[in-house]
Amino acid sequence: MAKSSTGQFDRALLGAAVKDSFRKLHPRAEMRNPVMFVCWVGALITSVLFGIDLIKGVFPEFEFQISLWLWFTVLFANFAEAVAEGRGKAQAESLKKGRTQLMARLLENNKERLASATTLKKGDIVICETNDIIPSDGEVIEGIASVDESAITGESAPVIRESGGDRSAVTGGTRVISDRIIIRITAEPGSTFIDKMIALIEGAKRQKTPNEIALSIVLAGLTIIFLLAVATLKFFADYSGTAANQDLSGIVTVPVLIALLVCLIPTTIGGLLSAIGIAGIDRLVKQNVIAKSGRSVEAAGDIDVLLLDKTGTITLGNRMASEFIPAPMITEQHLAEVAQLASLSDETPEGRSIVVLAKEKYGFRAESLTPSQGKFIPFTAVSRMSGVDIFEDDGQVMMSVRKGDAEAIKIMVENEGGEFPIEVVGTVNRIARHGGTPLVVADGKDVFGVIHLKDMVKGGIKERFAELRRMGIKTIMITGDNPLTAAAIAAEAGVDDFIAQATPEAKLERIREEQRAGHLVAMTGDGTNDAPALAQADVGVAMNTGTQAAREAGNMVDLDSNPTKLIQIVEIGKQLLMTRGALTTFSIANDVAKYFAILPAMFGTLYATSGSTGGPLLAMNIMHLHSPESAILSAVIFNALIIITLIPLALRGVSYRAESAAKLLRRNLFIYGLGGVIAPFVGIKAIDVMIVAAKLVK
Amino acid sequence: MSTNDILQILAYVIALIVLAPILGQFMARVFTGKPHLLSRPLGWLERITYRLCGIPANHEMSWRQYAASLLWFNGLGFLIVFILQITQHWLPMNPQHLPNVPWVLSFNTAVSFMTNTNWQSYAGETTLSYLTQMAGLTVQNFVSAATGIAVFLALTRGILRKTTSVIGNFWVDMTRSIVYVLLPLSVILGVALLSQGVVQTLSPAVTVTTVEGQSQDIPLGPAASQVAIKQLGTNGGGYFNANSAHPLENPTPVSNFLEMLALLLIPAALTFTYGKMVSNRKHGWIIFAVMFSLWFGGLALSLYGEYSSNPSVGLNTNLEGKEIRFGTVNSVLWSVSTTAASNGSVNAMHSSLSPIAGGVAMFNIMLGEIIFGGVGAGMYGILLHVLLTVFLAGLMVGRTPEYLGKKIEAREIQMTILGILIPNAVILLGAGVACVLPIALSSLANQGPHGLSEILYAFSSAAGNNGSAFAGLNANTDFYNIVLGIAMLIGRFAVILPCLVIAGSLASKKVSPPSAGTFATDNSTFAVLLIGVITIVGALTFLPALGLGPIIEHFLMIAGRIF
Repeated sequence: MAKSSTGQFDRALLGAAVKDSFRKLHPRAEMRNPVMFVCWVGALITSVLFGIDLIKGVFPEFEFQISLWLWFTVLFANFAEAVAEGRGKAQAESLKKGRTQLMARLLENNKERLASATTLKKGDIVICETNDIIPSDGEVIEGIASVDESAITGESAPVIRESGGDRSAVTGGTRVISDRIIIRITAEPGSTFIDKMIALIEGAKRQKTPNEIALSIVLAGLTIIFLLAVATLKFFADYSGTAANQDLSGIVTVPVLIALLVCLIPTTIGGLLSAIGIAGIDRLVKQNVIAKSGRSVEAAGDIDVLLLDKTGTITLGNRMASEFIPAPMITEQHLAEVAQLASLSDETPEGRSIVVLAKEKYGFRAESLTPSQGKFIPFTAVSRMSGVDIFEDDGQVMMSVRKGDAEAIKIMVENEGGEFPIEVVGTVNRIARHGGTPLVVADGKDVFGVIHLKDMVKGGIKERFAELRRMGIKTIMITGDNPLTAAAIAAEAGVDDFIAQATPEAKLERIREEQRAGHLVAMTGDGTNDAPALAQADVGVAMNTGTQAAREAGNMVDLDSNPTKLIQIVEIGKQLLMTRGALTTFSIANDVAKYFAILPAMFGTLYATSGSTGGPLLAMNIMHLHSPESAILSAVIFNALIIITLIPLALRGVSYRAESAAKLLRRNLFIYGLGGVIAPFVGIKAIDVMIVAAKLVK
Repeated sequence: MSTNDILQILAYVIALIVLAPILGQFMARVFTGKPHLLSRPLGWLERITYRLCGIPANHEMSWRQYAASLLWFNGLGFLIVFILQITQHWLPMNPQHLPNVPWVLSFNTAVSFMTNTNWQSYAGETTLSYLTQMAGLTVQNFVSAATGIAVFLALTRGILRKTTSVIGNFWVDMTRSIVYVLLPLSVILGVALLSQGVVQTLSPAVTVTTVEGQSQDIPLGPAASQVAIKQLGTNGGGYFNANSAHPLENPTPVSNFLEMLALLLIPAALTFTYGKMVSNRKHGWIIFAVMFSLWFGGLALSLYGEYSSNPSVGLNTNLEGKEIRFGTVNSVLWSVSTTAASNGSVNAMHSSLSPIAGGVAMFNIMLGEIIFGGVGAGMYGILLHVLLTVFLAGLMVGRTPEYLGKKIEAREIQMTILGILIPNAVILLGAGVACVLPIALSSLANQGPHGLSEILYAFSSAAGNNGSAFAGLNANTDFYNIVLGIAMLIGRFAVILPCLVIAGSLASKKVSPPSAGTFATDNSTFAVLLIGVITIVGALTFLPALGLGPIIEHFLMIAGRIF
């Protein structure tokens, strides 16, 4: 999808959302959310009562305002959901636009014919050439081509797709830039990657996630209990009225009871719950990750074991020179000079890294050798060394510098009659023991020293792993290296564990083992042989560059094909759950203040002795709200406005830091628990002052 | 309050904190089938019970089988008590020749003792024969307490086990609780009470001539044996109508101390049993600490209420409805403990407590009988609150909530909510309806907010399976006998069944090992959270009702108006 950021509050988007909020007033839509449905019914009843009064010829200003604000409460909740959906919809639209009337070049019995892309079935064979749009998801079975996948990844640099191997998958809607490929379609019509993406982003197929269901049950339970508390309050009030010989029917009215009910039921979280879920998926989409279900996003928050491929995730992928260790009697500078010379024409990453290191350390200028000056000897599997022969002006060989495997160099040196210094043997062994690759540099029979080639760990990755550890997540590095090398890199990168000489079976077995121990495992993969492990993992993130099999097996696809993304995915999952928990706490904590506003308003005059205006429960009016009516209305208004105030938070998610559970809990409890108790006292008082000033109430 | 008062409270607290962990450890050994102190002297009794009843002790049950056995067994218990009452006139051991009990009252009493409520709409000495008391009520005092322990054990196993469908054997749990815990403790306490003068006889009532020359019947009976288990099993049903305010049921300060200690002993000890069984002693201590804090808070508030000046009376302590033998502190200590622990026995009249102390007693019950709570019932009740707390707070740390390694998902939460919600709903609905029904209002002895408190208390006591009464309400009417009977049934089994479902569901799950990302349940943050959830859920539910009852009454009392 387009990477162009759709701002949180785009004007057109907001307009559509406002319209949608009214559309969502349909009872069938409201019924999906029990909390808001109760609110909706309450608004309806107060409106009907207001209507009846109106027909009778009275205009009950107070009831009118209450019913108005109850409708606002419902609308604000609808609006929250609509805004969250709207952001996805805009993205889905742009995807749909790309899926115009495509024609595919279908290959049948070696004959080509044009067919509509929508009719393509699994197993059909199609041809794509330069500038063709690939009609559906498939696998390259012949040829190689560069493909522009910006339509789905937003990345403009073309990628190579070729038959066989791990880069064989192509996605419908992407464009071939050069060459010709033959593709076997692997998706049924309507269930291609883009279709799935659109459905996901639009939220059309959005199903409640397990956690969301559990939370909904809690919210429904709370709603029922408050419904009972408010309904029976009518009876208790009737009893008290009779007992005190007072008439409470003027204030303990149905609209007031409904107002109390709506204030007490968790409308804040109830109204924002679905928006939080949609926004969570949306945040993933922003990271260019497509989750196949909301369930997997939630599971990501629970992950406590991460399986990470070494190459590309933990290390840069190529071994680099990190150190020059000279032989006895040779200076390091001299060794560097010779090593640089041996690598000048070596275009392998290792070779270049030697030149770079020499330059960094001693400022040697990299000069290229002309063929007349020297001859580059490339590395072969037989010689296990590379180097350069430098000629005198007369063509005599002046130097014959080689760098390579210690064994091979040793044989060469000894053949020349030289001696392979024992110290160098020690150095070589030491480097190997630490997981490095030693390259011995020699010229004829003279050994100059050793270059230490090292798998370079990515900058900052160690800190990242430490962060994960604080979050309670164990990292396991997977590598094909031997255990020695693996251990060294594992130690340097700070992972908790590693699997050396990993085979797909070993990966799968490790995942199963962790799961048996109760862990939830996430991993990334791209190859077909990763597919079983991706399917087994609780969260399997397939690289978009990977094979179709891998993309099918995983429950998320990373369009950027960046294995480090897994860490962000985990954070988004956690943030999703935290936002729900925080707003639930906030919502419940709010009720305390609402009782302090509404109960004294309803029963402030109860058992008042003649002559005095206030009864004993007026003592509960600690906010000193102006009048019973202003108190009730302020609480209702606060309750409605808090929903709209918290929409940005619901969409953004509460701020997340990599901290231990204990710290996170204390912080969130402080902000949303304590804050939730205090905020409404302030808010209700402020609203009370304002509506009194605006003369909205008596 | 005098130093002496404070010392008495201190003695009580120290005795509880010293004895509860010891008993808790012992029970953990008993319930996990490990060898223990009594396996040698009493093991034969356990074995012979299995043999006689044909119990396959090694057979474990699924939650359904467990629940079915429990319901079947309790149903049978109900029938026996019911039939004993409606036929007692024709049965032996009825020296006072008491008539058969009317069926409505029999229903209420049978339900009441089967559910560990021990709400008494009758006066024991003038209604029930010795046979009914001994073979009916005393038996239920044991088995209803054992039922509570059994459910607690089933739930604990559910939490503890992984990927299994079985949660223990109901009959084994019952047998062990009775043989090794309830019976031995009752014998010890019974003998101790005998030494203090509690009566234990099958002789008929004696008639004496009082100092004024009047003739008076002194009711007797097998009281000590029943009083012991009444206190230990958080039953609370007094042998005599006046319950532990009666001199033959609670004659001396020593007997009073022992009865009060017995009242909280097993529920408090079970927190340690739990900690030991789930191999997290700290968590056990945290649960104890939460219960203790809530109990202590209630005690402090009640004492404040009792010692605040009542301008209408002009005294600074309130002695109405109290036994002068025990005084204010021991009465309040008892009232707070008995309502916290779902016991329901009394040594003072709760209706006469100050509005605050009466309100605390009521609120203790409304919280769901989880401040120590009933034997076993308090533990499974607080575990429901623990699950709710873990769910709400667990989300805030960004993970699917887990409790001791078990994921708390929709099924558990659904049952948790039912278990917490249904008793609350019964209290609110029952009291609400009773407030406007003339047939219900005619039972009130007092008007105004105090009348509301009486109704509210009755339904709380029934649904919370407490059984104490806010005297003043004449509950022996068909309306209250039936409605409160139903309330007791719902209050008991609508909590037990969800707990067993949860046990079954949790037992089938995997256990996730703890990590730094796991929400910890054995630290002070959790304790504070749990207290917060318990009080906030309780307060939000009942504040309006309490506001119109004890709270407004308190303010009115200060203003000089009493009811």
